Amino acid sequence: MILPALFFYLFAGVCVASAFMVIAAKNPVHSVLYLILAFVNASGLFVLMGAEFLAMILIVVYVGAVAVLFLFVVMMLDVDFAELRQGVLQYLPVGVLVGVVFLAELLLVAGAWVIAPGMPQAISAPTPSTMTNTEALGRVLYTQYVYYFQAAGLVLLVAMIGAIVLTLRHNPKAKRQNISDQVARTKETAMEVVQVKSGQGI
Amino acid sequence: MTFAELWTGYLWPLIVIVAESLLLLVLLLVSIAYVLLADRKIWAAVQMRRGPNVVGPFGLLQSFADLLKFVLKANKGVFLLAPLVTCTLALGAWAVIPVNAGWMIADINVGVLYIFAISSLMVYGIIMAGWASNSKYAFLSAVRSAAQMVSYEVSIGFVIICVLLCAGSLKLSVIVAAQDTRFGMFGWYWLPLLPMFVVFYVSALAETNRPPFDLVEAESELVAGFMVEYGSSPYMMFMLGEYVAIATMCAMGTILFLGGWLPPFQVAPFTWVPGVIWFVLKALFMFFLFAMAKAVVPRYRYDQLMRLGWKVFLPLSLAMVVIVAAVLQFGGLAPKG
Repeated sequence: MILPALFFYLFAGVCVASAFMVIAAKNPVHSVLYLILAFVNASGLFVLMGAEFLAMILIVVYVGAVAVLFLFVVMMLDVDFAELRQGVLQYLPVGVLVGVVFLAELLLVAGAWVIAPGMPQAISAPTPSTMTNTEALGRVLYTQYVYYFQAAGLVLLVAMIGAIVLTLRHNPKAKRQNISDQVARTKETAMEVVQVKSGQGI
Repeated sequence: MTFAELWTGYLWPLIVIVAESLLLLVLLLVSIAYVLLADRKIWAAVQMRRGPNVVGPFGLLQSFADLLKFVLKANKGVFLLAPLVTCTLALGAWAVIPVNAGWMIADINVGVLYIFAISSLMVYGIIMAGWASNSKYAFLSAVRSAAQMVSYEVSIGFVIICVLLCAGSLKLSVIVAAQDTRFGMFGWYWLPLLPMFVVFYVSALAETNRPPFDLVEAESELVAGFMVEYGSSPYMMFMLGEYVAIATMCAMGTILFLGGWLPPFQVAPFTWVPGVIWFVLKALFMFFLFAMAKAVVPRYRYDQLMRLGWKVFLPLSLAMVVIVAAVLQFGGLAPKG
């Protein structure tokens, strides 16, 4: 039992420290890199809990795709954090208020989790050892919760269409590549062989 | 806890794992040295040049001479972190790759996802290098690579899903075992999933920034791309990470489509050869395909690259996932889970 506990404190400690550094770092790019470190450590915690599928998905989706886009945007925008820090005291009460609301909500969720009637059995129920993590998740997700799962997919689809509609600008003047035209070019239409006499030019 | 318990419980397994990892690392790095040489030799042969032939017989020691040069010719923070990330991640992927039945450091339940996760993290090395170099060319290259690698990861993901549907497991050893049918090499997934094999090969080229998709380091436009500010050891680590990533993709193609360590047919002369030799031969064949693509295909234009990824491969692989799932479900071929 020493080793898992040791790794738990390692992952949890680095996770909290890097989460703090996300808001404390001077450079926004460093903030995003610390955020990535926090994600990776959180996935380490998932592995310790035996949820290896969630751990890998966390890395693939959040670190491999979402955080890349974060980093991308932060690198492109020239944000001066020192300037942003100027009015920090002015906004402090609002920030504290938001923080307190979040903390209260977290406590409520955790409290509901602890006192909910069926919870002790659910927590103490052994994970079926014959079934892998992935299979167990799939069996629940595609049977009991299949409609919620599909609804979540539809919400994401709507968000995706919304993002495309918001950013799509149709500019009739813009020159576009037409691949079929390019492929349809033949030797006759694309090339002209000219015999040039020296000293004359075309 | 007594010392005996500590020894059998933690210390001895730790020693075994460290020894296994070291063995794999040494073998892998020596192979990479020769794969790098093979890359230059194949390219040279196609262009009717000799390639490296000065150091050692036929230039066989060229890679080691390069190593010595890099180490002996030896600034800060994210700039140095970038090559370290690239190199470490690339080597880390090999922890789960089975080179023979039971020959792997860790046979985890989500092996395919682990490799997929690592290859999706590889982009950070390039982005960090491009940003920390503080130079226009390097930064443009990093921006290009982020878009390119994220785009092609999508189609690699769907290719992997097709294979998973057929094999019924995320475990790499089970995926190889599922290809052990009475049809021999024609039962490996390259034939039933031929379109996906092609998509995987092309996407792997794009994912590892190999020619014809090496727009990240297109020297005619970006000097040397994200690596332009690097020299000596950090540059060597980038180079090493890149080639190890290519080797990982070759191993991945071997496991997913070419039956891993399985012999072409389960009959006498083929079964005498150890599985690890078949694995290496198949991975080298995959690498030969990679090297030939570099030699014979001209570089893509960036808009063509994006079009291929999003408008050709994405719909094709999505359709294949649906078709494969339908055939397995209604043809009664689905693996029993």
